[in-house]
Amino acid sequence: MSGARQLLLAGGIALAVWGMGYGLWYAVFAEHQALEQIGASLATGFGGAAERNSALSEGAFQQYRQAKYVYDRQVDVHGHWIGLAVVLIVLGIGLDRLAFSERIKMILSVSALLGSFLFPLGVLLQTLDRGNGPRALTVLGSALVIGAFGTFALGIARKSACAPQ
Amino acid sequence: MSSSQNASASHAGFEQSETFAPLSAGRLLLLGGIALILIGMIFGDIFAVFVLHQNAARVGASLSNAAYAALAGDSAAVLMNFQDVRAFLENRGTKVDTHVHMIAFGYLALMLSLLGPWIALSANTKKRLAWVFLCGAGLLPICVFLIHYVGLAHSPLKAIGWASIFADLGGLLVMVAVLWYLAGLGKYFFAAERSAPRSDLPADASPSGNLLLAGGVFLVLLGFLHGGYYAAVDLYRHEALDYSILLQISSGATTQSAAAVQSGLAEYGQLQGDKAVKIAAHSHIIEFGLLSMLLAFFQPYVNLHERWKRRWALVLLLGSVLLPICVLLELKYGLLAGGLADVGGLLVIVALLAMWIGVLRYTGQLDAGGAT
Repeated sequence: MSGARQLLLAGGIALAVWGMGYGLWYAVFAEHQALEQIGASLATGFGGAAERNSALSEGAFQQYRQAKYVYDRQVDVHGHWIGLAVVLIVLGIGLDRLAFSERIKMILSVSALLGSFLFPLGVLLQTLDRGNGPRALTVLGSALVIGAFGTFALGIARKSACAPQ
Repeated sequence: MSSSQNASASHAGFEQSETFAPLSAGRLLLLGGIALILIGMIFGDIFAVFVLHQNAARVGASLSNAAYAALAGDSAAVLMNFQDVRAFLENRGTKVDTHVHMIAFGYLALMLSLLGPWIALSANTKKRLAWVFLCGAGLLPICVFLIHYVGLAHSPLKAIGWASIFADLGGLLVMVAVLWYLAGLGKYFFAAERSAPRSDLPADASPSGNLLLAGGVFLVLLGFLHGGYYAAVDLYRHEALDYSILLQISSGATTQSAAAVQSGLAEYGQLQGDKAVKIAAHSHIIEFGLLSMLLAFFQPYVNLHERWKRRWALVLLLGSVLLPICVLLELKYGLLAGGLADVGGLLVIVALLAMWIGVLRYTGQLDAGGAT
């Protein structure tokens, strides 16, 4: 088995296990509380409006906004880590169908694996820090994934074009 | 390729398929995996046509009632309507989960089937694990579907019903099987002396396989780019709008302005629709791309004429493009785009069914020939 294939398979499986572990932690310790908070703040917001208490209503919607911001990112991180891991494993299986040298395959595999880890990590860090650092990490991660995947696509298209019909 | 060439290629395929013996793990996972994806997709189509829109309308109506109750100063009615929203969301959530889990388990089964040659376990163990996996993969979605209907009836627990308990049991079976397979894979990776895997399936490059692989990679790439565009252009705008519209509705209720409440509710409905179609298009195009890539590796096992294999590959790719594009256009063109999206889903289902029948023909021919 080539080094690049081994990296994609082992890295993809490790990333999937990592994503599932994170999902398990999230489901047990965070999701229920987050959903409760979202539901309760919405109800309080409309309840406040019914009581003509705009301060209560505004505060509740502000809480809803914070909770929803965090909830959406935490759920997305879980889905994206596992989804990208699956893509890595499938690419690893089909690596022989790429018309590139082993060295380029290795560079692409490292780039895809690194990007697949960093992109959701950047999204997760946005829940702790709203600054530019986590956003830059997210952009870097997604650029690595898209760049690597685009080159994979080119390699597969080249090989397909050369294949006898 | 002539039919005699095709037949000899198929025969060569039979000789290679040591991992595809009757009731072997590879065969069970491939047939079971495609069946799970098919059932999950059919369920998804039925759910989209008969439940999704009606349920969204009910959620919207309850939210609207809550806003008008706030306008009328009726706090009790506000709470009651939010309880209704909760029930409708639970109904919708369990159906979405059934659809998603069944398809995800199908993908997992296909991947495990592909990784089979690198899993250092005995054929018997792999076969038993395949059965355990398929039982769990069937049990979990069925029981998740039943959660809404069974509720807490006759349950020994206060908050968790029998359907949830059996769904968890299904999940446990899947986890046990996957972890066991992973241990076998780890054993292969860390073995001092590795024998080369006996199946050269992923290296086989038929025209239909190439078409599916290149098309699948293109679809996934398109999905990635669309996701990047959504994150850059829409995500933060949607989040800001979500908050500001809710605030507008609540301010309208506080100041007793029915017009502000009404326009806020209409804008909120539009926003939720816009979010839903963009996320659905992003996830569906990537999932279809991944399915196409996985199926590319199994083309040697689809016992159909190469011309038909190419046709079905094209039908699958056409449906895979049609569905997400039409979902995106649903807000602008309404039912027409929605109907075309359903046709796209149907094309994928029909192509997948044809390939599944091709694999069944292959296994039948393999068993009749007595190979392996």
